[in-house]
Amino acid sequence: MFLHGLITNPQWDWPTFFEYFTAPSILKALRTTLWLTLWGTVIGFALGTVLAAMRLSKSPLLQSVSWTYTWLFRSIPLIVNLLFWYNLAYLYPTLSIGIPFGPSFGSRETLDLFSPMTAAIIGLAVHQAAYSSEVMRSGLLAVDFGQREAAAALGIPRFRQFRRIVLPQAMRTILPTGANEVINLFKSTSVVYVMAIGELFYQVRVIYNRNGAVWALLMVATVWYLVLTTILSIIQYYVERHYARGAARQLPPTPLQRLRATFRNVADRARTDNEKTAAASAQAVAP
Amino acid sequence: MTATVDRARDDTRRGPLDVVDHPMVVVHDVRKSYGQHEVLHGIDLTIDHGEVAVVLGASGSGKSTLLRCINQLEKVNSGYIAIDGDIIGFRRSGNTLHELRERDVLRQRVHVGMVFQNFNLFPHLTALENVAEAPRSALGRSRREAEELARDFLGRVGLADRADDYPRRLSGGQQQRVAIARALAMEPKVMLFDEPTSALDPELVNEVLDVMKALAEAGTTMIVVTHETGFAREVADTVVFMDDGLIVESGTVEQIFDAPTQARTASFLAKVL
Repeated sequence: MFLHGLITNPQWDWPTFFEYFTAPSILKALRTTLWLTLWGTVIGFALGTVLAAMRLSKSPLLQSVSWTYTWLFRSIPLIVNLLFWYNLAYLYPTLSIGIPFGPSFGSRETLDLFSPMTAAIIGLAVHQAAYSSEVMRSGLLAVDFGQREAAAALGIPRFRQFRRIVLPQAMRTILPTGANEVINLFKSTSVVYVMAIGELFYQVRVIYNRNGAVWALLMVATVWYLVLTTILSIIQYYVERHYARGAARQLPPTPLQRLRATFRNVADRARTDNEKTAAASAQAVAP
Repeated sequence: MTATVDRARDDTRRGPLDVVDHPMVVVHDVRKSYGQHEVLHGIDLTIDHGEVAVVLGASGSGKSTLLRCINQLEKVNSGYIAIDGDIIGFRRSGNTLHELRERDVLRQRVHVGMVFQNFNLFPHLTALENVAEAPRSALGRSRREAEELARDFLGRVGLADRADDYPRRLSGGQQQRVAIARALAMEPKVMLFDEPTSALDPELVNEVLDVMKALAEAGTTMIVVTHETGFAREVADTVVFMDDGLIVESGTVEQIFDAPTQARTASFLAKVL
């Protein structure tokens, strides 16, 4: 019924959908969305990794700084966080670098430094860092302690132990939830519309407010979100497969390999069938 | 932290600090506690160059803790350990000993090879990468040098043809041999074995022991914690019997196995021989 309605109900307004689906303004907005996701992920996870390492360190100071950060930014709703960075200029019109209560080495207008785009990236990244630090921490904790001990016993330098021995093994645990976080962030970029940044959702709103084709344009956004989430999921599959090296006796086949294997089976069966019939007919002819 | 070790200073004339002709491993009055619970109550042990010492004892007697102290995986609470004349965990300037930072501890560990009960191979690296990793990152060898070295050492434990396999594809015995090659590739001054065959199926024990025997014959200094009394009889220069955090007695194979002087040694051996 629903599927039938999708095609026949004129309210869905498919012509408008197709008109806007690949419109330059939508594609440009899409690029902004991807840009926000990329930087949010990169900075968020980099900061998250540092926070996780701090939380797992022996220093009580680093531990509490990390804990406080996570506590704070998990408590603040993303939209509030974003608006804070967006409105920073009202709070501190100029920012300067210098010695506290001493001379200043230089100062800039906050508005110049924090364009809405920068503010959005910072907001998304600091928000994301609080969550990804927990994801990273769970992954790091899941690595057998004997691994770190063996690396230490061999005299492998600290940072190298982390990067070469612990992190790749932690990735197995990090990836499924980590990918969740990335996809979540990707969709959370739509919240950035409050800062009047031309990302996908903002652009869609602008257009349907103008032409009234609400459903068609919401579908444009939905389908793009679907397409990109699908792509992210496919990337996730291959990255997970990469980090499964050594963990499974045999890596799971890629979908392509699976497809080829199926074809090969069908072809093999067809060949043996042919041979059988050929042999049977040969026998039938023989006497 | 700065610690002045009076005893070490008194010993300088004949102790491990200045003497050139020193033993390979000196453990002097080492005590170790976990919280309130003391697990080593003052251990003294001297191992010479090329000596093979087998440490026997019931579980919980402190054997593994002793090995872990020698490798600085645990810090001793008092006493000291010297490897080839250098007190580990400390740097000496004048008559004062300064506690080393972790970076320098890592550098010292290079001289001590450790083989664990559970192998602790890196599962995401191939056998070759497992062996080549530390020569690259701790000794600064180039990738090609390290891999050549790794191939050489894998050959010595009879696994040249399994270089590109991941640990999970190897049997337990093969994994432990890779672990031995990994430790050997650092060319340590002393090799520590912490129950290297305890996690293995019985039929795989001998392939590991054979590798260890070959090492012993080649003159490697080894401290082996094991329950394999047959191995001890065959290769040990010294047998050390530990109980309840103390060395009860130590001596040659004949002294310990055939004529133990302590009742505790005799009753332990009666159970395992």
